[in-house]
Parts: sequence; structure tokens; C-alpha cells
Amino acid sequence: MTAASDPGVTAQNDAPEPATGVVLRAEGLTKKFGQVVGLAGVDLHVGAGEVLGVIGDNGAGKSTLINCLTGALTPDSGQLYLDGEPVVFRRPQDAREAGIETVYQTLGVAPALDIASNLFLGREIRRGGVAGQLFRFLDQRAMQQKAEVFLKQLGILTIQNMKQSVETLSGGQRQAIAVARAAAFGSKVVVLDEPTAALGVKESNLVLDMVRQLRDRGLGIVLVSHNMPNVWAVSDRIHVQRLGTCAAVLRPQTHTMSEGVAIMTGAAVV
Amino acid sequence: MTRALSGDAPTLPQEVQRTLHAHPAISPTLILVAAWITFTVINPRFLQPGALSLLVQQTAIVAILAVGQTLILLTAGIDLSVGAVCVLAAMVMAKITSEQGVPGVLAILIGIAVAMAAGLLNGILVTRLKLPPFIVTLGTLSIFTAIALLYSKGATIESGVLPGELNSTGHTWSVGAFRITAGVLLVLLVYVVVGVALRKTAWGRHVYAVGDDAQAAGLAGVRVGRVLLSVYVVAGVIYGIGAWVMIGRVGGASPNAVVDANLESITAVVIGGTSLFGGRGGLLGTLLGALIVQSFSVGLALAGVDGQFRLLAVGILVILAVSVDQWIRQVKA
Repeated sequence: MTAASDPGVTAQNDAPEPATGVVLRAEGLTKKFGQVVGLAGVDLHVGAGEVLGVIGDNGAGKSTLINCLTGALTPDSGQLYLDGEPVVFRRPQDAREAGIETVYQTLGVAPALDIASNLFLGREIRRGGVAGQLFRFLDQRAMQQKAEVFLKQLGILTIQNMKQSVETLSGGQRQAIAVARAAAFGSKVVVLDEPTAALGVKESNLVLDMVRQLRDRGLGIVLVSHNMPNVWAVSDRIHVQRLGTCAAVLRPQTHTMSEGVAIMTGAAVV
Repeated sequence: MTRALSGDAPTLPQEVQRTLHAHPAISPTLILVAAWITFTVINPRFLQPGALSLLVQQTAIVAILAVGQTLILLTAGIDLSVGAVCVLAAMVMAKITSEQGVPGVLAILIGIAVAMAAGLLNGILVTRLKLPPFIVTLGTLSIFTAIALLYSKGATIESGVLPGELNSTGHTWSVGAFRITAGVLLVLLVYVVVGVALRKTAWGRHVYAVGDDAQAAGLAGVRVGRVLLSVYVVAGVIYGIGAWVMIGRVGGASPNAVVDANLESITAVVIGGTSLFGGRGGLLGTLLGALIVQSFSVGLALAGVDGQFRLLAVGILVILAVSVDQWIRQVKA
């Protein structure tokens, strides 16, 4: 990776490229909503086994940026590369199929459905033969067994019964289910949009632990959050979004939270 | 987290709440058993084979319409056009055989197709125009009723002029002292087929997910619009089959039949524990709910009570059922 492939990012010098290969790269993303500029040419990249934190004030274009990465929005111009290949996402489904999973703040799970059903929602395991192909009969045992494996791998052992409905779980456990789903199906990148905003401290830590595990498995992680301690705790690099552009890319080792906030709010310039 | 919570043992109400939450068919079962015991104590004829057979036959029409209603309520919708679709389908079946000489089986299929088209129209208005199901079906209730009345010129078609196939749902077998009609068996078959589809297939899972949280389902990759549309179409087909059952049961097709079907089917579904807010409930509860409603009619009549008390009792049951649902929904981890 050369610096030339990252034009315009001023703070790249003190935040070098990730050690491993870049898995997701965005170049010059722009998005306008009528007269309102959401993104004015944003570059971003995340490596395999790297956590990229994304911070920014309200209206800085954080959500727009994330929606462009996950297919919820299509940028007006600019290009996404996945594993170096140019990709275009028209729908969230496209991004998902390409290996990018998203965890949302609150909308991740259907509360009345059980854990296994939620993990496999929209991607159910079906029985073989005509029953599965034509009538879409579910292989419920396989889904429950796999669900148990997923949750065990992520160390959420406190949940015993995969037939338990998700609404009987705590907020942190629910979010853990959403993260587990992303982990199970996201082969390349997991984007977490404010995953801890609705959670308490302990529960946030559970989710952050899972984020670290996904990173250690070699996934690229994009973590969007308003919670600076969370971002500083898990991120390898931090993308500061401001006024529709990338104001800086920091490392938690070289910049304090207050410095980050200062850049984010425009009180300081890199 | 579980450890921290298990520190204080759950109180009895919490246990009850949790149990009802996990098994929503329990409350309608208890109500039905209590009602049957009470009515039998008041009048021992209630549980005699004759009265029971009649009870089941009388339940059949509302029971089958309530299957479609359950599907729609599970998606957090509501269908006020149930009765109108059923009547329209029945009039089409009866009129094209008796006047155009269409063969019976074909007439039944055409009638079901008309009901399916009616469901499709409801579904398109809900999914494409994004109108609330209550408003859509309130409108189509009037539209389908008007079409049925205009088409039939308000006249009833007696079973005498209908071919055997149309009346065949009224065919009765005697099993000991019980009498079972083909219509009742057909209704049970519909319950089994739709019940299996809801519990065992990806489609069923998606119906629950869409009703539970449409946005979450959509983000998880469920095609929300398509699932919703399919639910309205399937419900239409079920109402069409219901029309056939009705012709056999009532003995002909009348544009003024099943006028109470809309509210009765919703009542049965709600008493059966399916949530008006979607995503929760099932067909077993609906069948029990339909039986409960009819048991109150028959039981109160056998008890020699004024028929108006039935309405009163059903009204109280509905409010009770919805309150229980609200309470169950607040279950905590």
C-alpha cells in the first residue's frame, strides 16, 4: 500500500497503513441530499484484523458514510474496493453477500423470535430435498446446534437455550446475538453502528470483548460510536469525520480522547 | 448477567407471566376448559355428543376465516374484509354454477381465485401504497360487499340449484354418537397445513419476524413487502375455502351471510392469544378462541340465559385477552 492511494488524508503520516492487507477501502465518496452535502469526498480503509473507530459530531456524515459502506445508500461518486476489487452496493443485501455484515444500535433483532431464529433470520438453514427446496422447510436442529456453536465461540455461554425468545434476554445479550450473527456471516468486514449506545457499562464491555475477538479472527471492523472511551479502548486507528470529510486519522496511542474531540468539533486542527 | 439476575428468585406472578409468555395457548385452553365445566354443570346436555357436534359445526366457518385473520394479525395488520371476501367468493361459486352451468369443481376453484385476487388487492394496497391495513380493509370491506350484492342482485342461491360438489362440505358422517361434516374436516386440514407452514418453514419464520419488528426483519435480509403480500394472498385463498365450507354449512349462498364474521374472527384470534401488535401467537390458540366464542353461544343458550349475555361475555373475554397479552409482552429478562 502506498501513500498515493490515500490522497487527501492529512494525518496518514502518524497513522500508517495496517500491518495486514486492506480489506475494505473507500475512495472519494460523495453523497448529496438535495442541497445538503452528506459526504464531500471521503477516503477510508480498514485492514483485516484491524479495528477502525469512526467518530464525528452529529451531522458530520458518520451515518451517511456507514450507510454507503453497508449498501443502505449508494454514493453519488467515489469507489469502494473489497479485497482490492471494485464493488458497488445497491442494497444492504449486496454488501451482505459480499461479506460485509452490519450491527445496528437497536434494530438488530426480532424480539419475539428465539435466538436461533434470529441468528439465521433471512438465511435459514433448510432441510434437504423437496421439503427444503420447494416448501422451504427449516432444519431447526441444525440451526440450534450451529447457533450454540456460534455463541460458544464468542464466549456467550450464559445463554443456554437457543429456543429462548430474544426479548427475555438483557440488552447486552441481545446486542451480543446481533454481533454473533454478524460474526457468523461476515466473512470480511463487520460494521458496528453505535453498538453500545443503549447499553450499560458492563454490557458494553461484553460487546467490546466480542469486537476484539472478531478482530483477532482477522475480520476488518468499523466501529462507529459516540462513546470515546469505547472507541479508544478497542480501535487501532480512529477516523475523525467532520463536515462531510475526514478531518484526521488518529491512533489512540498518539492522541488523547480530548484531542480527538477537539479535532472532531473543529476546536483543533491536525 | 443471568447470574446477577438469578440472585433474587422470581415471584409467583413473574413465574406465571413467564410461563404464559413461553406458551401463549395456555390461557385460552384454561378458559375453554373452565367454560365447558361450568356449562356442563349448569346443563349436562352441553357435553353430550349431539350438542358438541353442533358446536363444532357452528364453529367451522369462523374458525377457518380466523386462520387468515391470524396470519394477518401476526404481521401486525388486521383484516376487516374477511366476511365480505368470503361472501363474494361464495356468490361467485354459486352463481356461475347455477346460472352459467360451470362445473362444480371449476366453480369452487374460480371462487377461491376471486378470493385470492381480493386478498392480493388488499396486499398490494398495504405493501405498495403503504396504507395501514385497517384503512385498506375498511375500504375493501365496503367494496367487496357492494360487488357481492350487485353481482348477486341481493338474492340468495339455495343449495337445491347447486351441484353436489358445492354442497359436499355439508356432507355428514356419524362417528358413534358424534356427527362430523366434511366441512369440519376441511377446516381442520387447513389448520394443519397452515400451522405446519407457520412453524416449520422459512416463510412462517418470516411472517413472525415481519410482525415482530419489520425493520429488524428487513435489515436481516427478509423481503418484508413480499412476505406481507404473500400473507394477504394466502389469507384470501383461505377465505375462498371458507366460502365453500359456508355453502355446505348454511345450505346455499347468501349475500347477507357471515355479517358478523369480521369481528368474530378477530375476537377468536385475540382470545386465542395472538397479539394485535404482531409477531406473537399461533393457530392452536385461534382454534381454541373460535371454540370459546361458540361455546359461550351454545352454553348460554342451553343455560336458558338471554342471548345478549353472550355478547357481554365475549366482550369481557376480548378485553381480558388483550390485557393478558399486554402483561405478557412486558416480560423481563
